[in-house]
Amino acid sequence: MERTNVTIDGTRIAVDKGTTVLQAALSAGIFIPALCSHPHLPSSRQVKPFQVVYRGTDKLRNDDSLREFEGCQLCLVKIDGMEGLPTACTTQVAEGMVARTNTPEIKQKRRENLEAMMSEHPGACLACDRKEECDPFRASIRKASVITGCEFCPNNSKCELQEVAAYVGISDSLPAYEYKGLPDVKTDPFFERNYNLCIACTRCVRACQEVRVNSALGLVFQNGAVVIGSKAPTLEESGCQFCGACVDVCPTGALTEWINKWDGVAERQVLSTCPYCGVGCQLELQIKRDRIIGVSPKGDGTVNQGQACVKGRFGVVEYVHHPDRLKVPYIRRGGGLEEATWEEALELVAERMGSYNPHEVAVISSAKCTNEENYVAQKFARAVLGTNNIDHCARL
Amino acid sequence: MAGLAASFGAGAMTNSIDEIGHARCILAIGTNTTYAHPVIGMKVKQASKNGARLIVANPREIELVSHADLWLQQNPGSDVALLMGMMRVIVDEGLCDRDFIEERCENYDAFTDSLKKFQLERVEEITGVPKDKIIEAARVYATDKPSTILYAMGITQHSHGTDNVIAIADLAMLTGNVGKPSTGVNPLRGQNNVQGACDMGALPNVFTGYQGVVDKEIRGKFEDAWGTYLPREPGLTLLEILDAAHRKQIKALYLIGENPILSDPDARHARESLKALDFFVVQDIFMSETAQLADVVLASATFAEKDGTFTNTDRRVQRVRKALEPVGDCKPDWWITCQIGQRMGRKGFDFGGPYQIMEEISRLTPSYGGITYERLGDGGIHWPCPTKDHPGTPILHTERFTRGKGRFIPLEYRPPAELPDDEYPLLLTTERSRYHFHTGTMTRKVRGLTALEGEGVVEINPKDASRLGISDGEMVKVVSRRGAVMARTKVTEVTPLKVVTMNFHFVESPTNQLTNPALDPVAKIPEFKVCAVRVEKI
Ligand code: SF4
Ligand code: SF4
Ligand code: SF4
Ligand code: SF4
Repeated sequence: MERTNVTIDGTRIAVDKGTTVLQAALSAGIFIPALCSHPHLPSSRQVKPFQVVYRGTDKLRNDDSLREFEGCQLCLVKIDGMEGLPTACTTQVAEGMVARTNTPEIKQKRRENLEAMMSEHPGACLACDRKEECDPFRASIRKASVITGCEFCPNNSKCELQEVAAYVGISDSLPAYEYKGLPDVKTDPFFERNYNLCIACTRCVRACQEVRVNSALGLVFQNGAVVIGSKAPTLEESGCQFCGACVDVCPTGALTEWINKWDGVAERQVLSTCPYCGVGCQLELQIKRDRIIGVSPKGDGTVNQGQACVKGRFGVVEYVHHPDRLKVPYIRRGGGLEEATWEEALELVAERMGSYNPHEVAVISSAKCTNEENYVAQKFARAVLGTNNIDHCARL
Repeated sequence: MAGLAASFGAGAMTNSIDEIGHARCILAIGTNTTYAHPVIGMKVKQASKNGARLIVANPREIELVSHADLWLQQNPGSDVALLMGMMRVIVDEGLCDRDFIEERCENYDAFTDSLKKFQLERVEEITGVPKDKIIEAARVYATDKPSTILYAMGITQHSHGTDNVIAIADLAMLTGNVGKPSTGVNPLRGQNNVQGACDMGALPNVFTGYQGVVDKEIRGKFEDAWGTYLPREPGLTLLEILDAAHRKQIKALYLIGENPILSDPDARHARESLKALDFFVVQDIFMSETAQLADVVLASATFAEKDGTFTNTDRRVQRVRKALEPVGDCKPDWWITCQIGQRMGRKGFDFGGPYQIMEEISRLTPSYGGITYERLGDGGIHWPCPTKDHPGTPILHTERFTRGKGRFIPLEYRPPAELPDDEYPLLLTTERSRYHFHTGTMTRKVRGLTALEGEGVVEINPKDASRLGISDGEMVKVVSRRGAVMARTKVTEVTPLKVVTMNFHFVESPTNQLTNPALDPVAKIPEFKVCAVRVEKI
């Protein structure tokens, strides 16, 4: 690959040819706010509108009032020798290019563009100057069905829109937001879609259509704006595969997972491998108070490139924390299985397994267990029981 | 995976998952990829969207069919004929890779002889696939290179599964689609660590890394390392173990994390076998149907509560990391097994943790020789990785085949062991659900998954349904020579005429009571995919 040298905010960066200014900045750790571009999505942001989309039972028709989606217009940069303020996500690097991301002109324009977007979004959580000391009373009634500000939003403090707004700086004269009572679709499994919080960035649609090659989500143009929805009233009817890709890229609380809706921010995350199928997706387990509260598929260099499927994405928490998990060993006494101590159970197993001839015993190990566990199981069969009667269920 | 080992010398995916996106032709045969391996399914769909030619060979109209350039709807169990038909076209039209065949392969002439019996008319008759489609598929696969083949249980779970795999390997060699990026023969393994369980020697005939137990030198190496005499004779396979238990030859069984009552063909036989045991230990995370039959149940930890590694289907060894303390008083499987070993008075089970077990594995296993937890870091390494400075091997057989030369193996068509007749006029095939996994012990604990699909269904073609007077959603009885189960019908054209489809995730509809334990003579994989049944109204 040919390398191209660019300078962004005084930092020299060498990137592959064809890289955008936004990707180049990101690779060097330079933050450029962007709400429609996302590292897991293709850089083109064009999506063909559907004829209709649904938000629950609401049916919204395309009126062709827009030619195309214009993007969030936040990633503006100033490039030496170039007129105006191009968007960094659509500008490819060129040899010797010098770009700046924070001139007064950029700051001004960026703020205006974000404010325009915010006129459709509850703003209290972004502009409220008492945000840090918001009283617990509000927090305690946050489950109110109408979201008007941060403490009422499940996305609070893990919200990309909040971060961007804090960086861009929103003026106090933000137009008052009026609650529109848009549908909050709660009829699907795993996650809800609260369109009052949607900023029409189209990320979810592109994740569904471009990355997952599905078409459960789509958009229409109405009155000069982009409107997001599903292909049919429910996601299941829309052909959704519940992969969670849309939830993972949504920059707001519009797409919110049920299971951790009010769990807030994880305390730590642990990278592990999915316990279901042989693809071996890399998953970041989100941990809070010794519980998994969620699962984020890892990007960068993994086999799954930031993606997962319904089993890995939504099928881990409930089985790991299921109340029916076995917590102690059991021994059959009389007719039934009774709780026992490890000492009793292990002694009994050791004594009984040792009382047979090698050809009378067998071990069946598991394709769900780790390599180390399978190793120990076959070593146990061969070296302790003296038999090669060891298999697992790979054949099935 | 015996077929691949015979042809190439190694029984695993030849290429990595990352390469699928760069293939110009993808042949997906006997895999419902978007259901069973969703993220690979996604990559296949992306590739097809970006212009790769996608050929889907499947009796059922699976989701991938709507993304395919060509759909070959072969009759269940006719894969060998279909593939031989394609190869016949390739040879007749001179589309084979002469140089590759000459330099890298052997036994080509004997193989081409066996092609003679596969006139396209005959192939069309056996497979039900029109001749023209077979010709087109052959041309696309042979010329739009690099071409890759993906397959799964639809190929291996037949009484002649080994032949199916050999046919696939022959096809890849014939066109030189082996040993190069985005080519290859790629069996997609089902469970998360099937590959690893095999690599670790949880098999009756091999130690770790497929080192044979009958090989004196290898046995000697393990005897030295483990400080004990080791048995020479290969042991029994899973189904043979159950049979032997039925005959009371096997008296004690230590079973880790499985649910054979649901997952074995002929589930009633499996239950009887386990009941016949004198002493039965089950180690699992839930009180499964199988655990309820045990004399001792040992409570084990989930993947989130322990350290270790899994090896995925493309031979990538990846870390599992402990994120939580085990719930209650449950323990990691490795700890439990080691405790039993120690209590039986053996040395060599006093590991300080999984990383120490991996040290022993890499010492004794050439293909894992360079694998350490430090090196695995946040990524993973593809085996073979013989030394600490070896980068791993995403593509196998690049210079030479593992066995030296790639071996062409002649084939004949053999029909499935059990075909429909007057009494059992329908073919039953088994299928996986998108939402459930294996016997459902994990996924059925997840409310959302159960809401999407809460019970076993039997899919039946509208024409068959109306002939039997059965409507959508009706409870019916599905009867085979081995048993009967109840299930709700789903009338759909996804399943072809005279074929019904069920999955095996649900206790309430234990499909495997119906299936046929006829084994592939080499791989000993039961014939899950095809058996004869009738559907009765109740
Ligand atoms: S989506 Fe983000 S910005 Fe909007 S209310 Fe919720 S937390 Fe605040
Ligand atoms: S979950 Fe996946 S398939 Fe469903 S709408 Fe979101 S991206 Fe599309
Ligand atoms: S739902 Fe989220 S991702 Fe989709 S358009 Fe709205 S804000 Fe963007
Ligand atoms: S997330 Fe889905 S595709 Fe990935 S390993 Fe898990 S089950 Fe397989």
